Amino acid sequence: MTSHVLLIEDEPHIAEAIRFILSRDGLTVSTFGDGSGAAEAVRKERPDLVILDLMLPGCSGLEILQAIRSDPATETTPVMMLTAKGQGRDREAAERAGVSHFMTKPFSNAEMLASVRALVGR
Amino acid sequence: MPLSALTGTRLRERRLALGLRQGVVAEAAGVSASYLNLIEHNRRRVTEEVLAALAGVLGVPVEVLREGEGSTLLEDLRLAAAAAGEGTGAELDRIEEFAGRFPGWAGTLVALERRVAGLERAVEALNDRMTHDPHLSASLHEMLSAVSSVRSTAEILAEPGEIDPDWQGRFLRNLFSDSERLAAVSEALVAYLDGSEQAGVQGIASPQEEFEGWLAARDWHLPELEDGGAGLAALSGEIGGLVSGAARQLARDWLRRAAEEAARLPMAVLEAEMAAAGPAGPDPLRLARARGLPVTGVMRRLALLPGAGFGLVICDASGTLVFRKPAEGFALPRFGAACPLWPLFAALGRPMSPVAADLATAGRGARRFAALAWCDLQHPGGLAGVELREAAMLIRPVAGAATGGEALQVGTSCRICPRRDCPARREPAIMGEAV
Repeated sequence: MTSHVLLIEDEPHIAEAIRFILSRDGLTVSTFGDGSGAAEAVRKERPDLVILDLMLPGCSGLEILQAIRSDPATETTPVMMLTAKGQGRDREAAERAGVSHFMTKPFSNAEMLASVRALVGR
Repeated sequence: MPLSALTGTRLRERRLALGLRQGVVAEAAGVSASYLNLIEHNRRRVTEEVLAALAGVLGVPVEVLREGEGSTLLEDLRLAAAAAGEGTGAELDRIEEFAGRFPGWAGTLVALERRVAGLERAVEALNDRMTHDPHLSASLHEMLSAVSSVRSTAEILAEPGEIDPDWQGRFLRNLFSDSERLAAVSEALVAYLDGSEQAGVQGIASPQEEFEGWLAARDWHLPELEDGGAGLAALSGEIGGLVSGAARQLARDWLRRAAEEAARLPMAVLEAEMAAAGPAGPDPLRLARARGLPVTGVMRRLALLPGAGFGLVICDASGTLVFRKPAEGFALPRFGAACPLWPLFAALGRPMSPVAADLATAGRGARRFAALAWCDLQHPGGLAGVELREAAMLIRPVAGAATGGEALQVGTSCRICPRRDCPARREPAIMGEAV
């Protein structure tokens, strides 16, 4: 059974590139481009991994992470957060909220793939 | 040089640090032990002669025992040690000895500590600016997003092996689009930063603020635009002195519109209307109809009328404040969104319909204001184009609390608003319970 990754990213071109890289590696990828309703999508889809952008319209990545961690149905789902350099305070807050891994933009595809594989246990 | 009330304390500290008995020191200095005891407990003021003798016995410069340079130096050294943290091992018990034996080095240390403190303040200010400057923050985020997309996409295309032609075409289009976006945002950022060094010195955070600062420095009045706009060329030259290109553009746009409005509603007419109407000012809707102007245009004319005391805020359809002229006592937000209870935003949702309200500023006592808001619609592209909204709110301070009835309690922005029970609160106030 293939692992399922839910990508929450509002930049369509970044989302497209990540989706391509992961799909080619045999992962099932669904995308969500808005912060509002993202936590609900995680609860519904029950992915093996959530890739979550920190800066999202509607609802910040940090709020979504907190919602994921406070829901018993999703509290153990691994979450990789995409951040930019200079967001140190947000990173600290995400660490406190229980993020599994950080990926700093801009990232290399190999780095992204290796991290995803590790997080889904492949 | 004056002697400090604490000169005795310093003498005592120094004597104890050297492990000398009071009697020994007193005898060596030629005074009685009881007199020295009174001096050490700050119960007698010490004369210059006795102080010099005691300083000689204790092996410390007289200046260190006096109030003034020496004591300031000691205090500064203590501050430097405190700033460096507890783990540095500074021998605080030997601070006077250090200052006395090596005054030059002590001064150097204090100067360095001051420099570090100054640099820390500068870093804090820049950090604050980075955090609160929405233009800079948004531009950097935009740039980083484009770079991330370009890097990932280019890596995919550069990999050996075939890629499905559909995907390849899509990625090439993405790459082209992102590179264009990157070029545009880089250019804008460089232009912005080019102008921001001087702006930073002046405490200016954005082009809008720079433009408004220019108008404020002219007391919000542009007489050159009156009498047919003969002084427009001179004003254009003045605008050229603004630091950032974006501020110059904002000022040019403003001038163009203000000149048109001045031509339709000349100063003589406006002054006659004001004289007839009294402090409340004339009816902007009637004037707009009579002079063929949008209501927001009349409001702009009224706000920039010398001596009238009107404040004016203008926002676009997103609610972003694009112009801020404060009325006395009615604070406007420098950054971020304004109070959602302002009639300005009610008008934004009800275009072409006046919204009038008596306002009271939360936490500011009995200050009352009369506000009139209006939203104009424009369709620059015709039926097929987009609809543009521009809402303006004219703010007039009202003397005393004589408006009668209940006034709407409003704030500046949620972050600094003390009103605890506000149903429109967006986020907690930074001042919390302290207000």
